[in-house]
Amino acid sequence: MIYMDNAATTMQKPPQVAEAVVRAMGTLGNAGRGASEASLGAARVIYETREQLCRLFHGEDPRQIVFTSNATESLNTVIGGLIDPEDHVITTAMEHNSVLRPLYACGQTGTEVTILGCDEKGNISYEKLEAAIRENTKAIICTHGSNLTGNLNDAKKIGAIAKKHGVLFVLDASQTAGHVPVDVQEMQIDVLCFTGHKGLLGPQGTGGMYVRPGVQIRPLKRGGSGIDTYNKDHPPQMPTALEAGTLNGHGIAGLNAALYYIEETGLETIGNLALERMRRFYDGVSRIPGVTVYGDFSQKDRCPIVSLNVRDYDSAEVSDELLMTYGITTRPGGHCAPLMHEALGNVEQGAVRFSFSHYNTEAEVEDAIRAIREIAE
Amino acid sequence: MRQKELKLVVTFHTTADAMAMEKACKNAAVPGRLIPVPRMISAGCGLAWCAGLENRAQIVGLMEQTGIEQEELHECMV
Repeated sequence: MIYMDNAATTMQKPPQVAEAVVRAMGTLGNAGRGASEASLGAARVIYETREQLCRLFHGEDPRQIVFTSNATESLNTVIGGLIDPEDHVITTAMEHNSVLRPLYACGQTGTEVTILGCDEKGNISYEKLEAAIRENTKAIICTHGSNLTGNLNDAKKIGAIAKKHGVLFVLDASQTAGHVPVDVQEMQIDVLCFTGHKGLLGPQGTGGMYVRPGVQIRPLKRGGSGIDTYNKDHPPQMPTALEAGTLNGHGIAGLNAALYYIEETGLETIGNLALERMRRFYDGVSRIPGVTVYGDFSQKDRCPIVSLNVRDYDSAEVSDELLMTYGITTRPGGHCAPLMHEALGNVEQGAVRFSFSHYNTEAEVEDAIRAIREIAE
Repeated sequence: MRQKELKLVVTFHTTADAMAMEKACKNAAVPGRLIPVPRMISAGCGLAWCAGLENRAQIVGLMEQTGIEQEELHECMV
């Protein structure tokens, strides 16, 4: 089987990730619940993983790294915990439903939401973004990279605009963490939301956020924290303020192993290899008559994603043919990014998304090009 | 039960602070260990750093240096 659905989840992980999870399940207790070696073991691996993520994203303090179960939980936490009915928020048509749906819910209680459109290549205008800022704009909340086109937003530019106008900048790095360098200080990011199971190569059920020191977010969840038992309120100190209940210590141990692998291999090496596979695939399929590729491939840095359609064929049929005849795993249909599909004009047809990992080989890419060529004949 | 000794006990606001303390002390080779907070101390976090009284200056300096926020610093029989 050729796995090319890495934007949904990376299936091939460094073997040490699963080994770390299995080891953790047999040795780790519940972090912050007592001072036994089992409990301390869990607390140590969790704290160490905060340190790794802080290094990866160039944060100020590991205690500003919060663990959640995925980027969706992070985005729901930050949107629900920052945005009030009297606020205005700016987002883009590139967003995943994990940004759009929490914002639509805010809209129902009075929050004004401006959704910036995209051009035919799937890019936003930074001039229009700045022009959309109003007196009551609380935040710019947007993706770093589209899960449909793979296009990147210029996070540094958006961070500078947000800072200039005193607006918070929340970045969804679901598709970029582990592939593209993210520097929260250089990009002036106030909150960064990430998932652990995609580019970071960790287990599903891991994710989190970086919160700039001083940014106050109301908690989504309240409950057991291992601290301040007799306080009726959930503790306000970070990272506990945004973490309630038992953390996914076993999964975080796997993420810890994955982050060491990324540090040892080099983010740039991993990202460039995946991009090389993507570019070879793009060069191969974009010349095939009857194939429509979506997105802006003039960008030097982008996510390793190529979404396409073949003639007017149903994307589900093409994806099924790729699987049944060629053994290639892709994702068809809608990709939880409804406004992006609207902008690209493929709401009905959906799109077949190929998303690459550094584990994909040149031979796999050639097989995928050949498959699309034959389907398009 | 073990015989109690007068020790320095540092309490923290969060588990993350306690873990940062353990790591900082280990890196600086400052002796001590994490213990459950004794009941005579009212503390936020359930973990406390327990060390010999002779390490007080070193521990206070280390916390300042690494930005670890203590909740309270006690001398008590543990």
